[in-house]
Amino acid sequence: MQLAKVIGTVVATCKDPSLTGVKLLVIQPVNAAGQKTGSPLVAVDTVGSGYGETVFYARGKEGGMGLPEPFTPVDAGVVGIVDRVYHSGTIPKRRYERKKSE
Amino acid sequence: MILAVVVGNVVATQKNENFVGKKLMLIQPVDPEGNPAGGELVAVDGVGAGEGDLVVAIAEGGSARQVAKSKNPLAPIDLVIAGIVDRADTEKGTLYL
Repeated sequence: MQLAKVIGTVVATCKDPSLTGVKLLVIQPVNAAGQKTGSPLVAVDTVGSGYGETVFYARGKEGGMGLPEPFTPVDAGVVGIVDRVYHSGTIPKRRYERKKSE
Repeated sequence: MILAVVVGNVVATQKNENFVGKKLMLIQPVDPEGNPAGGELVAVDGVGAGEGDLVVAIAEGGSARQVAKSKNPLAPIDLVIAGIVDRADTEKGTLYL
């Protein structure tokens, strides 16, 4: 899953019948600090999230598995609303041993 | 699968019911030398990893759900920590836990 911010909604009248009643959101992927990473995308909403909220979303058909009909054809879906992100602040550096060139 | 370092966690009250009781970890993907590669991701913990651990994570739905040991086979999980890495060898060098 990846963190994202909800930046809008999508209204589509003419769509696949299986998407009837499904809320479509425009989300902007973000990192733990809230900075944008990558382009915005459209995702289905499965948890009742709304504009301005920080959420996490799943890619692929898993994104739609929280919908009443789990096999709805989707490729991204919001699966949780984030209360708090804890980041230790550092990325611990692992020990790396470079091989000696012959 | 991706190599990553666990750097934190995520708290969410309102979420899909299949996440209840599961640890949501913030992981930072790294390259084989241990340098950060890309933004942080949110992963379900399938092995009991902790902050600072070097881990291997499955970033594909079907297998991720299997490792997450979800009761419901239709859990919306697409990223799961599947192992704690002791050592990663490449032709250039070795990355340790």
